[in-house]
Amino acid sequence: MTWVAAVVHGILLGGYYALLAAGLALMFGVMRIINLAHGSLALVGAYMAFLLVEHTGWSTYLTLLPVLPGALIVGYLLQRTMLERSLRAGQLVPLLTTFGLLIVIANLLQEFFSPDVHSLDAGRIGTAAWQISSELSIPWFDVLTLGIALAVLGGLQLVLRFTQLGRELRATAADADTAELLGVNARAVYARATAIAVAVAALAGVFYGMRSGFDPSQGGAELLYAFEAVVIGGIGSLWGTLGGGIVLGVSQEIGAQINPEYFAIGGHVVFLAVLVARSASQASRIRYALRRFA
Amino acid sequence: MNETALAVPTPTGFRVQRWSWASVLFAGGLAGVVTFLALGPVLLGENSQNNLIQLYFLMIMAMMWNALAGYGGLVSVGQQGFIGLGAYAAVFFSVQQGLNPYTSMLLGTLVGAGVAIPVAAVVLWLRNGAFAIATWVVAEVFSILVSLDPNPAIGGGTGTSALLPFDLRYDPTHRLHYTYWAALGAVAVLLLLLFVLLRSRLGGSLQAIRDDEEAAASVGVRVLLGKGILFVVAGAGCAAAGTIILAWQLSVLPLGPDSIFGINWTARMIFMVLVGGIGTFEGPIIGAVLLYVLQTYVSMSGVWYFVLLGGIAIGFALLLPRGIWGTIQERFNVQLVPVGYRLRAGAGR
Amino acid sequence: MSALLAVEGLDVRHGLLQAVREVSLDVAEGETLALVGANGAGKSTLLRAIAGAHRPAAGRIVFAGRDITRMPAHRRARAGIALVPEGRRLFPELTVEENLRVATASRRPGPWTVEEVLEAFPLLEPLRRKRAASLSGGEQQATAIGRALMTNPRLLLLDEVSLGLAPVVVEGVYRSLATLIESGTTIILVEQDLARAMRVADRVICMLEGRVVLEGLRGQLTREQVTGAYFGLRQGATA
Repeated sequence: MTWVAAVVHGILLGGYYALLAAGLALMFGVMRIINLAHGSLALVGAYMAFLLVEHTGWSTYLTLLPVLPGALIVGYLLQRTMLERSLRAGQLVPLLTTFGLLIVIANLLQEFFSPDVHSLDAGRIGTAAWQISSELSIPWFDVLTLGIALAVLGGLQLVLRFTQLGRELRATAADADTAELLGVNARAVYARATAIAVAVAALAGVFYGMRSGFDPSQGGAELLYAFEAVVIGGIGSLWGTLGGGIVLGVSQEIGAQINPEYFAIGGHVVFLAVLVARSASQASRIRYALRRFA
Repeated sequence: MNETALAVPTPTGFRVQRWSWASVLFAGGLAGVVTFLALGPVLLGENSQNNLIQLYFLMIMAMMWNALAGYGGLVSVGQQGFIGLGAYAAVFFSVQQGLNPYTSMLLGTLVGAGVAIPVAAVVLWLRNGAFAIATWVVAEVFSILVSLDPNPAIGGGTGTSALLPFDLRYDPTHRLHYTYWAALGAVAVLLLLLFVLLRSRLGGSLQAIRDDEEAAASVGVRVLLGKGILFVVAGAGCAAAGTIILAWQLSVLPLGPDSIFGINWTARMIFMVLVGGIGTFEGPIIGAVLLYVLQTYVSMSGVWYFVLLGGIAIGFALLLPRGIWGTIQERFNVQLVPVGYRLRAGAGR
Repeated sequence: MSALLAVEGLDVRHGLLQAVREVSLDVAEGETLALVGANGAGKSTLLRAIAGAHRPAAGRIVFAGRDITRMPAHRRARAGIALVPEGRRLFPELTVEENLRVATASRRPGPWTVEEVLEAFPLLEPLRRKRAASLSGGEQQATAIGRALMTNPRLLLLDEVSLGLAPVVVEGVYRSLATLIESGTTIILVEQDLARAMRVADRVICMLEGRVVLEGLRGQLTREQVTGAYFGLRQGATA
């Protein structure tokens, strides 16, 4: 693979990361929670699709029909039972409970599905590719994933801009107390946000299952990638998440181009570099403030 | 005009007390227990010593995670990075450089402290969830770097062993004794270190930071410095725990479910601290003992074990957030380890 | 006819501070009540407690015959209580129109729609699509009042609508309020400007350090009485 091919594949990979990260960004935007179980929930989506395929022989895409509504319900219940209480208890508790959830999910998946690697069939589109040159081929599936990511991000933006739910989400995110005074039920709004976030995560999980093999231990890695995409792109913007996902994907593919084992670390290094750059600007701000008090 | 002068209550008959009868008794009892434990290699059998070593490194991990989260408000999900770092640093010094394995353990601890400083510079600006995940990324980077290291002593993805440096110098029984003392010593030193830190001005400022960070900063509390110290201590402590694990089980892996860099270590830490009592001095020790008991006497498959740990941790976080000791402390106003201040009515100063 | 709103023995705490002490008051339907008092007298806290933003430590709030003491804020908005908060508290990144539309969450039928609000506050018409954060103080105040009106309230609570605004802007705000008052909406308004409050209200209640220290109909109270109660120089009697 050439460098050009690495970059192109990285951009396409960014589409997947944007899809994976969208739910994480949404929950953070509305509730200021980082759901550490986000990657695990995506993985559950993949496993549910797998289960359905095993028992019904349906195509993977068809399994989305029951999986997505199911994920909506799971997200809604998750918020009303666990996360709502965690939110009220302070800043640390949501991290602790979602971490606990991550551990529980990873181990339950291992119990019921074994540690073996499974995968989902992507159909004919999974193997087709657009041969651009002898060194560059673009898999149709990756383009499909990017397309779905754009559609989801676009759809979320439309909901946020033009629907009453979207207005209530944005208002509650800005000032939950005042929103309540106008008749907005903040808890219901949060529950709907989590429902959407988990459904999008499940969608990402199914696409993950189609693009690569999955096993129960990968929830953590996917969480890290989703988070890296959000941070690189700038917390607070949905389209920024797409940008961040693309930068992450390209960093990973370039890392892999240097050495196939450097795939993950390529992304981690860029992520940490972004953090260092941002902390450097923070440091100069603090040094300035200190100078005024010294 | 009707004015009433404000009567300012003058404090009479209050004094500030650090040690109470309960804490004096407790300190005495503790000294006795530690003396007994120090005689472990003489008084106890091999099995007991092995078990206690496990308890010791669990205690260290719990204390360190509590120092970060309970005293600093920093939820780290990446301390396993330092555990692995300590273990591999000890391997590097003993296997590669041929140093005495126990010296290597000490060096490994110092490496943990040293590496914690630049890591702190990068991650301490972050809040809450961002901090948590950044620490995990750092741990992953350590794990990947180790697994990619071509150095045969490090062993790459297949893991490494410290069998050789120990075997060359000690027979198994003596290795057990020395490892036991090293582990107990590490627990005692770290306990003392935390105790001193918390009784110092840092301890007071940490309480302030925990209650209201902005307010604390506005009265001159150096928030970042306090957190930085905690982070370095936690890095050193977790590295120490890693070196003990290496000395105890002799071989370690960088990847997979039993990895020395595995997230399961953090799962254990969070369980111990949440159940024992986050933010208290005694809590993590109680939590470590409970986890150890669970581990030893409850036989269930590895996955259900962690499902149980995770479930209990969630339960405590939601329903009993102060943990066992925190709740007892609140209910009965008891404090065994004198890290706080008590206001007592009595002869004024 | 029984009161629209009855507050009985309300105690409200702000952290460790007791902001409202044993306050009781009645508001009849269609009445305009002015709540005056110095800073920290507890007026805003009382209003927020009525609206549901603050849980009282003791006491009862009865609205249209129902005990709403335990009712969460969003249900009170749906029952017909609307608060224009101190400091406006618009949603900064939402446009004027979006700010107004959020309030339809209260799902109450009534005459107020976006068009009606823009008619009542014509200065907002050209600002429909502007971000609330970029509005001037007077424009924000108009939007905040309009937003509360969008819930079609039976009881409108106005907290310091003149705060931080130039006198000519305040004039404009009160002119719009005059129409509202005449239309028969029940209003409680917290106002630091005594003169204005006494001009606009049917009844005046003065608070000091969390308690009601003076209460009376507009015509029956002199300015000296109210000023005295305001500064706590004399205990006033209920009229």
